[in-house]
Amino acid sequence: MTSTERTISVVVNGVPREATVPVRRLLSDVLRHDLGLTGTHVGCEHGVCGACTVLLDGQPTRSCLVLGVQADGHRVTTVEGLSRSDHQGGQVLHPVQEAFRECHALQCGFCTPGFLTTIAAGLDTRDATQPITDAEVDELVGGNLCRCTGYANIRKACRHAAEAMRAATGAEVATSAPGEEAAT
Amino acid sequence: MKPAPFGYADPTSVAEALDVLAAEGDGAKVLAGGQSLIPLLSMRLAAPTALVDINRVAGLDRISASPDGVRVGALVRHAHLLASAEAAAVQPLLGRATANVAHPAIRNRGTTVGSIAHADPSGEMTAVLAVTDGSVTVARPDGSTTVGWRDLFVGPLETSLHGAAVVVDAFFPALAPRSGTAFAEIARRKGDYAVCGAAVVVTLDEDRRVAAARAAYLSVGAMPEVHDLTDAVGGKPVDSADWTAAGELARTLVDPDGDLHASADYRRLLVGALTARTLAEAAAEAERRTP
Repeated sequence: MTSTERTISVVVNGVPREATVPVRRLLSDVLRHDLGLTGTHVGCEHGVCGACTVLLDGQPTRSCLVLGVQADGHRVTTVEGLSRSDHQGGQVLHPVQEAFRECHALQCGFCTPGFLTTIAAGLDTRDATQPITDAEVDELVGGNLCRCTGYANIRKACRHAAEAMRAATGAEVATSAPGEEAAT
Repeated sequence: MKPAPFGYADPTSVAEALDVLAAEGDGAKVLAGGQSLIPLLSMRLAAPTALVDINRVAGLDRISASPDGVRVGALVRHAHLLASAEAAAVQPLLGRATANVAHPAIRNRGTTVGSIAHADPSGEMTAVLAVTDGSVTVARPDGSTTVGWRDLFVGPLETSLHGAAVVVDAFFPALAPRSGTAFAEIARRKGDYAVCGAAVVVTLDEDRRVAAARAAYLSVGAMPEVHDLTDAVGGKPVDSADWTAAGELARTLVDPDGDLHASADYRRLLVGALTARTLAEAAAEAERRTP
């Protein structure tokens, strides 16, 4: 009636992937070990730090708090999937990735994937024509821990990215992850 | 930090889930949002022999609001309840409390009913179920029953449910006329477990005097409890009621434990302060809702 191993199909960053995994394996470990996507970082493994946050059907979700088998039939976007192809062999970064680089919003980089996925999803789903408020920024970054930066530059990067997306309203710009575009 | 081995099933109906639970016996556990259960597994604080994942059961993801109250299905995520204007219109305490549940990424996955079935005395929704005098619907192989909150919670992280049982929804009665609610909590970091929190309801009479004031607390005591504070403020006109006195009364009624995060005395102090603050807020709402 129950199983201890399952073959799962997951659309990861727009690409259909299949893996046979023990049912007790966390989604974070399936992504890293079975699918080779080591961009997702594993910090506390009990939902507190936010480093492993991915987008599950577009929603920021702790990949250490979901079993891999539960992602069967769903879409996952990891930090590797935030940028999109420029169709010339390169990648166009998501505005929040650009802003992190611009604002020096990372030091050791361990927490960065979780911040990027969370903030990207938050910025992609808000009304880009409106200026972002400090309260919105705090809500966006409040669930992720960073022990290097003191958050000042991360908050600054959020505002920068929101501004860039506001400036680009109506213009062609990467406003959603490719995985999401492919599926909608 | 990896879960111990277990068997896994993801049934597509409640009946099928009950079959698996019955076959697996007491070592089986229902998995809904998993935002409390999976950390317990990873830390090996729990090692069920089987997980019955109800996420693929159809029809459990609905919120239905009626004049009587709000019924929240077992797969309604905190984020869904938080965004529900219909639920907030019938019982405003739901949205107010849910906004304090963890962080957005946790609220996207965690379920309201799962929080209740988890019976954590530091959980927001257990306190809300208690102070609104709510209940849950429990499906068992021989049919469904309604279990009131007083019969549900028996200890920290412990409910009266054993064997093949699935909580399929929770029911929060509507806010009564001439009543108001408020919610507040103190946490080290917004979204962390509360050091102390309060969920309160104030009801006025037709002459705008306080008819009833009651409160339930988070992280105070082994399980949710509702304290009647009417003695301190009952019969007083709403604009001259002494909410601080109600806070003082609440401090004498609770029996919190101390831990790493706060001493028992500090928690009692917070109970007093949060009670006074939330009752005043709830009373202001009750006044606005009194013709």
